[in-house]
Amino acid sequence: MGKKCSSTVSSGVGSAAKQKVRTGPQIIFDTLLDLGVDTLFGPSGAAVSPLFDRLADAPFRCIFPRHEQGGCHMADAYARASGKVGVILATHGPGICSLTTGLATAMMDSSPLVVLIGQDGVDLFERQACHEANTMGITRAITKYTCAVKDITELERNLREAFHVAATGRPGPVVVDLSADLSVARTAGNGTIQMELPGYRLHTKGHARQIAMAARAINKSNCPVLYVGGGVISAGATQELRTLVEKAKLPVTMTLMGLGAFDQSRPESLDMLGVHGAAYANYAVQACDLLVAVGARFDGRVTGKAASFAPNAKVVHIDIDPASISKNRQGDIPVVGDAKWVLGELTRQVVFRDRAPWLAKIAEWKRAFPFCYDQSGSGIKPQFVIEEVHRQTKGRAIVTTGVGQHQMWAAQFYRFSRARQFITSGGMGTTGFGLPAAIGAQLADPHAVVVDFDGEHNFIKTAMELSTAVEHQLPLKICILNNQCMGWLRQRKGRPLREGQGKGQVPRPDIAKLAEAMGAIGLTVTEKGRVPQAIEQMLAERRPCLLDFMVDCDENVWPMVLGDRSLDEMEGLDVLQQYRSP
Amino acid sequence: MKHIINVLVENKPGVLAHVADVFAASGFNIDSLGVGRSEDAKLSRMTLVVMGDDVVVEQVRKQLAKIVSVVQVQDYAEKPLVIRELVLLSLTATPEKRPELCALVEMFRGRVVDIGSKTMMIEVSGPENKIEAFVEMCRPYGIKSLARTGTIAMPRRAGTSQQDSS
Repeated sequence: MGKKCSSTVSSGVGSAAKQKVRTGPQIIFDTLLDLGVDTLFGPSGAAVSPLFDRLADAPFRCIFPRHEQGGCHMADAYARASGKVGVILATHGPGICSLTTGLATAMMDSSPLVVLIGQDGVDLFERQACHEANTMGITRAITKYTCAVKDITELERNLREAFHVAATGRPGPVVVDLSADLSVARTAGNGTIQMELPGYRLHTKGHARQIAMAARAINKSNCPVLYVGGGVISAGATQELRTLVEKAKLPVTMTLMGLGAFDQSRPESLDMLGVHGAAYANYAVQACDLLVAVGARFDGRVTGKAASFAPNAKVVHIDIDPASISKNRQGDIPVVGDAKWVLGELTRQVVFRDRAPWLAKIAEWKRAFPFCYDQSGSGIKPQFVIEEVHRQTKGRAIVTTGVGQHQMWAAQFYRFSRARQFITSGGMGTTGFGLPAAIGAQLADPHAVVVDFDGEHNFIKTAMELSTAVEHQLPLKICILNNQCMGWLRQRKGRPLREGQGKGQVPRPDIAKLAEAMGAIGLTVTEKGRVPQAIEQMLAERRPCLLDFMVDCDENVWPMVLGDRSLDEMEGLDVLQQYRSP
Repeated sequence: MKHIINVLVENKPGVLAHVADVFAASGFNIDSLGVGRSEDAKLSRMTLVVMGDDVVVEQVRKQLAKIVSVVQVQDYAEKPLVIRELVLLSLTATPEKRPELCALVEMFRGRVVDIGSKTMMIEVSGPENKIEAFVEMCRPYGIKSLARTGTIAMPRRAGTSQQDSS
């Protein structure tokens, strides 16, 4: 049983101001400041609640996206890059409708957001007034929590509850619907705020007996694999993970969301597993006798055919969300708890054990099936662009992506060494995520080099946000891996989607010119020999810079596990063996 | 199998829709739903009856528990329970039929709660099978209107019989 949330916090206002009569906007801005918020995303558009009229006077950095979906992805990536809560302001009606894709994306990838909606006053509710849409009904299924505030005496408490729910446990987006009546209502501060969330329980400490059982299972195992997801990153548990791995000498594989949780340059790393994961990771998981899942949820893109995933393994499943456990795979030893806490406890109880034969077998798979591609031709290979960016950024860049082949190549070929370095839409697979995500990440870390590896189809979906990047003079690096088709669909179907969707058959804009039109730098790169120099130039620019690489449009992502196949039944291994360096 | 799920929730707008959403998203039809105030004025108690696979229902239970406004979820599947439902039933009842109807109501420990020149309204409470039996007995007389509350349930003290008599 988790502990009930009923903590008391001091109100944001100083003691002198405790009895000060404040309006809704004053309470909102005071509370946001007290919670450490410095950046607000939105609102986009003019007709917003009178609640935000004084926004320009408030000490926040305001980023006005060109579209609410873009603003939501920005706040999401800001949260993922910084570990803080991303805050969005939006209008009701069309504003909330346009946010839905972004909210669903944040929900699936457990990203903490608070969305403040400027709603109509109570007198206009359910009268089909201008911009009316049922905020709560629309967002309920794609958020962690929603609440509507009409009473000014509950405003500060509701705001604090929203931030608390968004950031704790399994994080997620929270929507707060703010009645316009709050803009004129007044109340005296009451000093302390008591959160009232009787149904919100946090399971921080794992059950001691379960942890002891998990440790015993690890100590007994001959062929263990650690399978690590995004939960380790959101728990801030990467140091604990590394300590555990070093003490017990365990091989580690990561999900797409987990990349960065463990340094891929270390020998224990098996890199990414799954449908487009490393062959050596997939073989190891299929052969292991113990699978320790941490902050991961056995998604279909990880398991392939679920019934034959890790068929011989006993499963230890560590997750802060009880509903994740035994959902897709029955856990033999479930541990409900915070990854940071549980991994720390596990480390104390595990012992080093010599598993030379198992590690030798893994090393053999690693040698036989590395990620590789044909480097001989004259065309630009997308993997080469990613490797070259990796080389020139010394592997230190924050990488964002859209969704598709380029996303998988980025996951395979840009080798990550730290948490919050790779920001991608995993669960929802939202195309168009890459550019707004790069903006959010750059705002979170102004000194980082932020690279968006994107597909041309993805980029066009949210391309208008390039104008936002120009407005804020963000030195984004955008690499379009332009194969002039929807490559993933082409690869999966073995042919273009429909007649007329093959290479060059659909009119597509000149992306470099589009970038120039929005005030960014745009260059088209068609020759392999020009790639290193173009990247060097891009990295030196202080303005947003886009390189449109015309890549080999027939290139495929290998390996690949088809539809209902097991993880060890991979396609494309012959390609990997053919092109690996001797 | 049949599951009786007891959900204690915050008494505020939207919670019922959220709970119903979780069942709908999992493909469950809710056979019966009873909602009302609980012992705590700030909390309401919902009782839902669903048919479904135990493993799937357990997932639904966990998903319900995740809703921030849901305070507690219990699946009563294995517990000894007191189960009740209330039916109001309006029947065609001419004066000559009334004595036998009254005898029937007596047998089911129900009550006649309203009477007109040609109709009677009857109230009966009990577990679902008793209600079903009573409704079947009434059918030949001509049911004009029927309303049921949905099941509510409460666990018996440990050690008492699972058999529910009413």
